[in-house]
Amino acid sequence: MSAIVEAEGLTRQFTVRDGARRRRVLAVDDLTTRISAGEAVGYIGANGAGKSTTIKMLTGILVPTSGTVTTCGLRPVKDRRRLAREVGVVFGQRSQLWWDLPVRESFRILAAIHTLSAAAERARTEELVERLELAGFLAVPVRQLSLGQRMRAEVAAALLHSPRLVILDEPTIGLDVLSKQRLREFLVAERRAHGTTLLLTTHDMGDVERLCDRVLLIDHGRLVYDGDLAGLSRTAGAERVLTVDLTAPSADLTGIPAARHLSSEANGLRQRLAFDAESTTAARVFAAVAERAEVVDFTVEEPDIEDVVRRIYAARR
Amino acid sequence: MADGIALRARLRPYAVVLASRARSQTSYRANFALDLVSSLLSGLVELAEVWVLFHAVTRLGGLDFGQILLVFGMADLAFSLANMLFGHCDRLPTYLRAGTLDIFYLRPQPLLLQLVTSDISLRRLSRAAVGLVALVAGLAAGDITWNVGTVALLVISLVSGIATFAAMFVWAGGLQFFLVEGEEMTNAFVYGGRYAATQPASVWSRPLKVVFGYFFPMAFTGFLPAVVLLDLPAPAWLPAWLGWCGPLAALWAWAMALLCWRWGVRHYRGGGG
Repeated sequence: MSAIVEAEGLTRQFTVRDGARRRRVLAVDDLTTRISAGEAVGYIGANGAGKSTTIKMLTGILVPTSGTVTTCGLRPVKDRRRLAREVGVVFGQRSQLWWDLPVRESFRILAAIHTLSAAAERARTEELVERLELAGFLAVPVRQLSLGQRMRAEVAAALLHSPRLVILDEPTIGLDVLSKQRLREFLVAERRAHGTTLLLTTHDMGDVERLCDRVLLIDHGRLVYDGDLAGLSRTAGAERVLTVDLTAPSADLTGIPAARHLSSEANGLRQRLAFDAESTTAARVFAAVAERAEVVDFTVEEPDIEDVVRRIYAARR
Repeated sequence: MADGIALRARLRPYAVVLASRARSQTSYRANFALDLVSSLLSGLVELAEVWVLFHAVTRLGGLDFGQILLVFGMADLAFSLANMLFGHCDRLPTYLRAGTLDIFYLRPQPLLLQLVTSDISLRRLSRAAVGLVALVAGLAAGDITWNVGTVALLVISLVSGIATFAAMFVWAGGLQFFLVEGEEMTNAFVYGGRYAATQPASVWSRPLKVVFGYFFPMAFTGFLPAVVLLDLPAPAWLPAWLGWCGPLAALWAWAMALLCWRWGVRHYRGGGG
């Protein structure tokens, strides 16, 4: 598969003024990675870990201090204008729509900016309006939209020129559950229909779980994990949690092999047990519980990815 | 013919944005009318300053009131039109804070061209009207021998004047990439320059002469061409033939502006570019 992003030793240093002293900060430190066409990659890390700086280097806004990067086969800084036709970026925190204009009008201007033909403009606008359910507020000025509506319009705006690579920077920030859900469903469908490559930075692990088949974790500018989501949890040794509802109030279920009692509710009617997926299985823990009490119902929670990331960070300190 | 079509296609993105700006500003009639009035008032206040001054004196720098009106009219008309088209360039920090500049980077057009065509302040038309009235009054009051030469000088000077002031806004934008609170500093030159330009350069103090006579060629937007038009004695440090050099002054101003802009953009992207 052809590479959409190829970074080789990509590094970016900033000089920060600290009173009178100047300090050098490595925002991105020796990043080497390759993203193939059609992949969906979650780029995660704490605030200030270097995610936005990376995106700015991939799109030609920032010049790398050292290292190289090619995006869609182009050199981002030198070929910025050509690259702009291949990449669409959604910034959750900034708008590329015109505040005082109806949504439809913003799309029309963007089509002109990307010099789409009239036919292409019509076809693509219709497709996006339908799939993102924008029809209800096309005539409404952007400033009157709800956040959920605005984000859908932003996504449409960034995808209007049918880019091969779509970069989403915190696309679901501040959205309610339903809006998040819709947006994710759209992105899945868009990827399926056009083979679009997705790169998204997010704090919302739900985004990563539902959209991405690969995760890049960055800490202080360094790539610390590259692989699938399950592997990320394994790396961190994160625990799964078994919750059981019992028929009668029981004593705390301590002493079950390879499991740890977390909490009990309602005199022990509901109890929670944590276990490490590496050393035991849910079935084995459940069997051990069933020997000691009668179980009515149970659920198994997967590890919270935010917790996983916290653990990885903590282990590196 | 084919070239014409290609050019139209290339200009279309900018034209569409500008048209949308114009439409949104004029869509609320009452609001737009108020904007026009307030802009008109600020223009009238500037003009009143000159008028009040002439209650105290009869001549300023060897020019009478009618002659000053000509200087004021040329410079102020050029400034107002440049401000209408380029004035938003010196509010770069606003664009930086809103992330608009990064958005520009993600579009397939040159950055500066996108910035310039991202807005237009139509309300400044009324301000330009004040300059135009002063200019016409100054021309009527002055003792001008009308011929092809004087008409050409007037037109050339106005166009170069607009270009020179436009360059000032771009210059200011370029500097604001790396000056903290840069707006304050650049405003001193942009608006100070406008003010100096509407006064006869013959009364400028020495620092003003250096800054606005040569470095920022403000004398070329009003005073120098007026000296030639009215056939006045020129001050020793600015020979009268300079009155014809407006286009050179504009070129100089733009060279400086583009240099600063490049400098600023490099700083922003943080590399050799």
